[in-house]
Amino acid sequence: MTDFTAMQILAPVRLGRPLDVTAGGLLDRLRLTLVSAGYAASFVPSLALAILSVLCVALGPALGLGVLLAQAVVPATAGLTALHRRVSGRLLDEEITPGYASPTQGLRWMRDPARWRNVGFLWFSASGGFAMSLLPVALLTLPLTWLILALTASGWIWLLLLVLSGPALVAWWFVTPPLVRARALTERAMLGDSRVARLEQRVERVEESRAETLDHNAAEVRRIERDLHDGAQARIASVGMNVGLAEKLVHTDPEAAAALLREARETTMDALDDLRSVVRGIHPPVLADKGLTGAVQALSLALPVPTSVAVEVPRLPAPVESAAYFAIAECLANTVKHAAATRAWVTGRYDGDRLRITVGDDGRGGADATGSGLTGVARRLDAFDGDVRVLSPAGGPTLVELEVPCRTA
Amino acid sequence: MPDSLRPDSLRAVLAEDQALLRVGLTRILEAGGIEVVEAVDNAPSLARALARDDIDIAVVDVRLPPTHTTEGLEAATAVREARPAFPVLVLSQWVEPLYARQLLAGGEGSIGYLLKDRVADVDAFLAAVRQVAEGGTVLDPEVVAALVTARSRPLDRLTEREREVLTLMAEGRSNAAIAARMVVTEKAVGKHTNNIFAKLDLPQASDDNRRVLAVLAWLDG
Repeated sequence: MTDFTAMQILAPVRLGRPLDVTAGGLLDRLRLTLVSAGYAASFVPSLALAILSVLCVALGPALGLGVLLAQAVVPATAGLTALHRRVSGRLLDEEITPGYASPTQGLRWMRDPARWRNVGFLWFSASGGFAMSLLPVALLTLPLTWLILALTASGWIWLLLLVLSGPALVAWWFVTPPLVRARALTERAMLGDSRVARLEQRVERVEESRAETLDHNAAEVRRIERDLHDGAQARIASVGMNVGLAEKLVHTDPEAAAALLREARETTMDALDDLRSVVRGIHPPVLADKGLTGAVQALSLALPVPTSVAVEVPRLPAPVESAAYFAIAECLANTVKHAAATRAWVTGRYDGDRLRITVGDDGRGGADATGSGLTGVARRLDAFDGDVRVLSPAGGPTLVELEVPCRTA
Repeated sequence: MPDSLRPDSLRAVLAEDQALLRVGLTRILEAGGIEVVEAVDNAPSLARALARDDIDIAVVDVRLPPTHTTEGLEAATAVREARPAFPVLVLSQWVEPLYARQLLAGGEGSIGYLLKDRVADVDAFLAAVRQVAEGGTVLDPEVVAALVTARSRPLDRLTEREREVLTLMAEGRSNAAIAARMVVTEKAVGKHTNNIFAKLDLPQASDDNRRVLAVLAWLDG
């Protein structure tokens, strides 16, 4: 118990039962007083940085000097607040994360509310925070000072002061734990990742993925338009022409008319062929009919690499099924193209709120998670807040894990 | 069998939900001497029609009301459970090897699975209907192509010519038909098929339908 490692000094604050006067309680209050002294000592760097921060803002626009100064002040503030986050986090037994918007690039921190809250904290630490942390230290050290003086300087006045300061010790006993805890809580509120900041970050990510999804959809629509235009549409137009011509020739040259009709019939087959491949690219019919389970099975039948499928999932919303299907198809296409695998497998399950798919092969590994194929997979799933993890050490095997949060259809 | 009385006339049930195609198919079947005794446009009516005992074959679309998914396929499977080897020709806008596997699972023959596109070649389509009615197996070239592509590596053992014969065989064609298609003698085709069976280690089968099923089972396996 007396082994004062940093771990124990910064052990979580327990308010417990203040009326129990025990040796353990005394020791605990002594270490909290030490912590409080540390908090109070932070007054010096806090005040310095707070003043420098004001200077930055004041000088910034006028001279550009403030910008230079900020290059030093902002990281120093970040360092000091990081220390406070760690200390207060330990005392509250939780992690306090800063929630900065992004790494300091140029002057981007100017727009980051978390950085401005840091500055606010500096002023708190140099004023009210200082007072509240100094109090336990003062309550303990004053009587001690009178005691030492009474013993060493031998004057009745010290003894009187010592007796009179008795209530200070009582107050010290009672206020130290709540004050330290209050300071830690205040720091969490000021330095922690606020709910608003978290939501802001999330909105930013959603906006990004929405923009990507819209781009992707626009490109898909253009591709479909082009496929229809160059394929089925052109062929059906030619059927119309041939039939028209055959109609004209049917009496004068029946043989030529028959030939034209035969050609028209063959062209309709090609047109249907085109339409089928367009439809497969949009939403495979087997996916619509049988869901992910049947569609992945059907997919595996067409692969040159023997592929076992163990996908047992209920019907999910069509957009999720489609995204998952094309993601799996892309992974398997990668396996066929690059892995030189002798076998592949797909497993899938749904636990009530997440769809989890694993696509694996026994190939040579080394799959590039930043390649166009796998980033395409990630982008598809991003629109649903999904995740992709690629485990592909050189030499294999390769595992791609896909996860999408969703409800059943 | 009712058709023993009318050897040339087959009696068929047709299920197709799109009116234009239903009329077109009826017209083509009747032109080929196949009587369409009932043409239905949804799954419950199809189930009722398939209970009739005066029919020789059913021609059904895979996708039918009410859910527009695989009602036709399920109806085909169900009727063949109740009436083993009852001839069914399944038509679809697209073909899927997975469904071919479901249809072939019984290993009984009398089954066909074709793209609707094939109907445009009227004579070939009518021949396919008759072939299924007589116990044969007819599979769309596109299904076979998908299976052959999937098994491309083991098929490296075959020569180009043998692979061509295998593909035609899998579609359900007899030696005579294959010979006509490839413009060679039937004897030459027989030689190729023997080689194929030997190379793929398949059991030799004398009748056409068993042979087709063996090839398909190998391709699908």
